[in-house]
Amino acid sequence: MTATALLPLATLGSSLMTAVLIFLLPEQAVRTRTLLNLAAAVVKIVLVAWMALGLTAGQHYGLSFPVVDGLSFVLQVDKLGLAFAGLSSLLWLFTTIYAIGYLEGSPNRRRFFGFFSLCVASTMGVSLAGNLFTLLIFYELLTVSTYPLVAHRGTPQALAAASVYLRYTLSAGLALLLGMVALQVLGGDWRFGERTLLSGLDPAKRPLLIGLFWLLILGFGVKAALVPLHGWLPRAMVAPAPVSALLHAVAVVKAGAFGIVRLVYDVYGIGFAQSLGVLDGLVVIASVTIVYGSVRALTQQELKPRLAFSTVSQVSYIVLGIGLFGPLGTIAALAHLIHQGLMKVTLFFCAGNYAEELGIHRIDELDGVGRRMPLSSLAFTLGALGMIGLPPVVGFISKWLLGLGAVQAGKPWVIAVLVTSTLLNMAYFLPILHRLWFRPGPARGLGDWPGERKPGGLETSAWLLLPALATALLSLMAGMLAGLPFSPLQWATLVVRQEYLLP
Amino acid sequence: MNATPYHLLWLLFAPPALGLLAGWRPPRREFWLLLFGLPLPLVALWLVLASASEPMAGCLTLGGLELHWRLNGLTALLWLLTQVLLLGSAVHAVGNARVSGLPPRSGAWLWPLLGGLALGLGLIWLAADLVLLYLGLELMGLCAVGLMLLPGKVDALMASLRYLLYALVGSLAWLLGIALLLGAWGRLDLAGLAAVAEPNTVTRIAMALLSSGLLLKAAIFPLHAWLAPVHGSAWTPVSAVHGALVVKVSFFILLLLWRLLLPDVVVGAWALGALGSLAVLWGGVQAWRAAGLKQVVAWSTVGQLGYLMLAFPLLAGAGEGVATLVWQATWLQLAGHALAKAAMFMAAGNLLLSTGATRLEGLTGTSRRLPLSLLTFGLAALTLIGLPPSAGFTAKWLLLQASFASGQWIWALVLALGTLLSATYVFRVLRCSFVEDAPATPFRALPLGMELIALALALAAIALGLAAELPLALVRLSALP
Repeated sequence: MTATALLPLATLGSSLMTAVLIFLLPEQAVRTRTLLNLAAAVVKIVLVAWMALGLTAGQHYGLSFPVVDGLSFVLQVDKLGLAFAGLSSLLWLFTTIYAIGYLEGSPNRRRFFGFFSLCVASTMGVSLAGNLFTLLIFYELLTVSTYPLVAHRGTPQALAAASVYLRYTLSAGLALLLGMVALQVLGGDWRFGERTLLSGLDPAKRPLLIGLFWLLILGFGVKAALVPLHGWLPRAMVAPAPVSALLHAVAVVKAGAFGIVRLVYDVYGIGFAQSLGVLDGLVVIASVTIVYGSVRALTQQELKPRLAFSTVSQVSYIVLGIGLFGPLGTIAALAHLIHQGLMKVTLFFCAGNYAEELGIHRIDELDGVGRRMPLSSLAFTLGALGMIGLPPVVGFISKWLLGLGAVQAGKPWVIAVLVTSTLLNMAYFLPILHRLWFRPGPARGLGDWPGERKPGGLETSAWLLLPALATALLSLMAGMLAGLPFSPLQWATLVVRQEYLLP
Repeated sequence: MNATPYHLLWLLFAPPALGLLAGWRPPRREFWLLLFGLPLPLVALWLVLASASEPMAGCLTLGGLELHWRLNGLTALLWLLTQVLLLGSAVHAVGNARVSGLPPRSGAWLWPLLGGLALGLGLIWLAADLVLLYLGLELMGLCAVGLMLLPGKVDALMASLRYLLYALVGSLAWLLGIALLLGAWGRLDLAGLAAVAEPNTVTRIAMALLSSGLLLKAAIFPLHAWLAPVHGSAWTPVSAVHGALVVKVSFFILLLLWRLLLPDVVVGAWALGALGSLAVLWGGVQAWRAAGLKQVVAWSTVGQLGYLMLAFPLLAGAGEGVATLVWQATWLQLAGHALAKAAMFMAAGNLLLSTGATRLEGLTGTSRRLPLSLLTFGLAALTLIGLPPSAGFTAKWLLLQASFASGQWIWALVLALGTLLSATYVFRVLRCSFVEDAPATPFRALPLGMELIALALALAAIALGLAAELPLALVRLSALP
């Protein structure tokens, strides 16, 4: 086996083997498990960074073997996949640290961390998959490995939410399977990157191709939480906070969005998709989702569901950017894939901190928390401002480029959608910030926090605080230093320049 | 006419000999069993490698009776699968007997019967002759009934007697079919029959008789009624062998005969496909409604066998490309399901034995106390649902590809509905294990061997999904019969 096949395999294996080892370790081996988790997460970041460097130097990585005659398992590393891989490996580290602190002393931690690693391994596979068959393998593995995480608490609500989740995602997986097999029948055993294959087919097949496109969007749209396929997401909020952070910021919704990106760029090809007329449909769906998600977020009384609906809305920016036929929209979409991950994971970390430290779940209980937990609240503020799109946090860059892309694509009405969404973002985030910082809270004699833990030295445990601060800092830096190489924006530009616009 | 190779004879008769030995002195430790049993799959593996390059065939003359046999890549692989599964169940049985505290004598009959079953199955894989096939089928059926009777309880007795009745009716239909074929064409060896027999009315009636007998034995809808009660009351290792191998053998013979005698009869093939579809749906619905864990697993067998039946309409009159797809998918599905079903029965048996429960609600708390068996159940379920990466998934992908390529969309619909149904009943089981607030019940500790053997089989079913090319290359070599 050559070194070029070894790296993607090792990247995948770093979390897959961790999952296996964790299942083999006894439940009580907390220290070993923690060490293993952190070491694997760091190793993976190093491997992904190595591949990123190698890729920019013109190195090729990948491996493939036939599963059956005419059907191959293909891993191949391209810049687009590596962007997603980088996001998931970076956030895996932070979420793991957070989860170690969050689940301290709770039962079934072996199961939790085992499936957690498996879930990250699946996102890794999704990002490195080189054909539809391989993509589907890891996409479905992601479904299976997140089920135990959503059901983790074992309460009736958690089990009901997990069932709903499964109902949505397995049906979606079936739609994907049917669509992908049909594409395989039409085009044979082909890999991502051979973009002329479908456009070269008989023009009489075009209606069929349009139908298959929407079938596959149906499949990916469930995980990407496109309205009306988003029903599972707010319910899955009963899961522990690290799961919400990982599910909503990285793994599940992003896998769906990433699948749509792959479908449009690497399966159909953006030009061919445009000529089929399917991109306009995507823009409409994305716009509806953006506005609907924001409006629903506004009506939520609890913090986590509000963040969940905000995710519904924000992930669709990616779809919107793809639908806008043009380089700027694409850059915005790809950069937002990473930006939204950083910001949303920060927000969920903070929501988890409030729940753990003070027992706060509802928004109206947040009065004056800024004094009791200033650092978490600072991180939350940064994340929220980024979501609204205030410079210099990264969210601004996404929205700005989307607006430019809309003008470039000749769809100025999309700007109205963006403005509406921004106003709604402000309407649901600013009151929270106001409560955090400017309302008097229980600390000034207005009663107690719903369930305060014993105060220690820091405002909350360092395991919980540091990841939130780190991701908040990253979302600030990614915005301020967007011009440096290897920033999400520059990487996205690189992807667009090298992979899509040149023939 | 060449002489019968000695290793074939050895592979045929070593299991019954070992079975008799074990019946005389039942093994108490897995070690002894593995020591004596492991050579069998190894020889089978060697045969697979040997017969891949050149298929073996021959004829045995007993007085006036000529018995034809052959071994090609496909049947050698199936024989290997048989040996692996029998050995796995035997290992499981040793641990099972120890934990359930049976006096060694009452379980002693298990061993010779298992050996007889191995002989019967081996005869069927070798047979190229309707008489030899009949002998193998009867031996297998009688041994299976004997194995079912072993628990000695009233419900086991009832269920296995009913099974015996069904099997006898099936044999009767089979004998009538053979008689008709012999009368019409004057010979019973498969190759010769395929050469001389024309698809006229007599052949069709004979095939209808043979098929109905085999459908009965294979528990294909609507002739499946005997299956669930039998599995519910039988010992776990016996259910594992039965669900994984015995019912599939009849399917194998059915496919063999149809391909040889009526390869292009589309209406009959569609009828069989329709029966399979109904089996998928009905089996899924019943598994969903079943109250006991073993019943869920047994009903899922009914549904999964239905997938195999889709091979008939997809193969009938198909072009070469589609036929190759279906041919590979069928054997992959059969092997994957056999491994996964055995693993699932063992895992379910472990869960039941350890918790003492019979209903699904008794599984609460198993994720903490029996994580390994639960994991095995989940892994086996991946194959049954057809989730990646598993043999079930790859097989389903190929079947879908075939049904799209041949324009028979209806089977894709059946596959889709079957997937959803199987996900529903499997996750109904897994869901119970997540419940945290249930009263703590005493758990019985299990020997590690019982859990590991099930895990190994489940993992094999998953590995088969990604490494399908290795065995399927052999299957392709042994061209469509």
